[in-house]
Amino acid sequence: MSLPLRWQLLELQEAYIAAIDDDRLEDWPGFFTDDGLYEIIPKENEDFGLPAPILRCDNTAMMRDRVASLRHANIFEQPTYRHMISGLRVIEEGADTALMRTNYLVVNTSLEGTTSVYQAGIYKDVVVRTEDGWKFREKRVVYDTSRVQTLLAYPI
Amino acid sequence: MDGTGPITQELLDIPFPRRDGSRIPYAVFNSPEVYALEQERIFRGPTWSFLGLEAEIPKNGDYKRSYVGETPVVMTRAKDGELAAWVNRCSHRGAEICRKTRGNSVVHTCVYHQWSFSAKGDLQGVPFRRGQKDQTGMPPDFDVKDHGLRKLRVESYRGLVFGSFSDTVAPLAEYIGPEMREYVDRIFNRPIEYLGCTRQFSNSNWKLYIENVKDPYHASLLHLFHTTFNILRVGMKVTTTTDSTGLHSALLVVKNQEETAEGYKAQNIRTYQDGFRLQDPSVLDMVQEYAELSTNHIQPIFPQLVIQQIHNTLVARQLIAKAHDKFELVFHFFGYADDTPELRAMRIKQANLVGPAGYISMEDTEATELVQRGIVGHGTAQSVLDMSRHKPDETATMISEGLVRRFWEGYRNLMGFSAGDLA
Repeated sequence: MSLPLRWQLLELQEAYIAAIDDDRLEDWPGFFTDDGLYEIIPKENEDFGLPAPILRCDNTAMMRDRVASLRHANIFEQPTYRHMISGLRVIEEGADTALMRTNYLVVNTSLEGTTSVYQAGIYKDVVVRTEDGWKFREKRVVYDTSRVQTLLAYPI
Repeated sequence: MDGTGPITQELLDIPFPRRDGSRIPYAVFNSPEVYALEQERIFRGPTWSFLGLEAEIPKNGDYKRSYVGETPVVMTRAKDGELAAWVNRCSHRGAEICRKTRGNSVVHTCVYHQWSFSAKGDLQGVPFRRGQKDQTGMPPDFDVKDHGLRKLRVESYRGLVFGSFSDTVAPLAEYIGPEMREYVDRIFNRPIEYLGCTRQFSNSNWKLYIENVKDPYHASLLHLFHTTFNILRVGMKVTTTTDSTGLHSALLVVKNQEETAEGYKAQNIRTYQDGFRLQDPSVLDMVQEYAELSTNHIQPIFPQLVIQQIHNTLVARQLIAKAHDKFELVFHFFGYADDTPELRAMRIKQANLVGPAGYISMEDTEATELVQRGIVGHGTAQSVLDMSRHKPDETATMISEGLVRRFWEGYRNLMGFSAGDLA
């Protein structure tokens, strides 16, 4: 694997988490190809080959709907996320495509000021090179923290 | 000791101001003493608690960990295919035996001293039972038959597995009751396939969630998804029913029969100039699977199960009380064994509607936590459940707290709490 590719993919990953942590959710669908898949699924289902997700968008229109719903419909305490990522591995590398895995940890800070681990897991990503740079064709978020505290509103 | 005897020595009473379940003392939501008494009188009392689906343990030897109230149990399918359940506590020194969430084994061995048990909970082996060389083993009067695991009564109704500590509770079908069986049968009308589960943890009392699933009044007010996206829900026919105890209930919301599924789809994308619209309304697609074109079927079978059909998502929600101010909710997703690939994909897509991140459900635990925080320092304060109280026969409406009131009557009877004279 060339170092520049690794650098480019890490850049994509860090730009992605910054959009969520900075509460720029409107930018979030733009990290995907139009037919991109975004799925959050517990590890216990993944391990047993069971398909039930907690959230699944199979195109960017569904992602924009999720953002619109979070902004205007759903009621929840505004989260303050900080994503930490580590261990980025490129599993497979093609001319304009790559498979990668990255560990993530999300801490959330409540309005009252308590910070706690909200979720740990792994990103299983398929990325493709487009005219606008690297995008996710698939981002599957497989979380270890099977007990979701209270609710999950924002993307991971 | 099997640990199922009474632990509360003194009689605890939380007096309810009224007999009709319309005033609820907040103490029932944040008292550790009430929670302890519920373990005894409800979860170890004359009730059946939902453990899981038969479809989760289809093969002989399959098992999964579950709970009856706070007590950890394991439900299994034994070598002969029979269902069993036992408390996950070694009969020797009390260690947890089964350490995996689910798996397959016909023998369960405690790691501490390797006492081994069958899938039905019978003690099969005790290392060094007859000693070794010149060292003695267990006394001659030690009989393995006396030291099996604490077994539960287990019954399945249409693939829903329940367990009970009670020797006196009626058989499961009778406990569910004829009014409720009609609704259970509606959903569990043919073989199902388990699709996995998601879990949600809430810092609030488990009965706040029971109130929530018996309260159609909040639906359009707390969950703003439909109204925000101008998704019209016209011509809905509502049915609410309880069993004779009031503890179980069913809410069925049915679309007008004349409207086809296509018509429903067209309605979903109707927009107003100043409103929002869904760019991909496929999440609200719906195919008719039952005699009625029902959008919502919400049916709590007290104390641990809520059967849910919302559009084409099918879920058995398990409600597990963890403390006076904590509960866990496990959403067991399923489909029918004869689903087409398209219908199965639709069920998976509609998981977006329900569960911990669901468009029309995520607020429920938010609301129960708001109550839990709001009632701190409650003194003698109580909640008010008056909506349609003067019209108890009006059951074909969402604008009612009737099911919640009936629940509290049933709960008060089960707990033995007193009530004032009014109503």
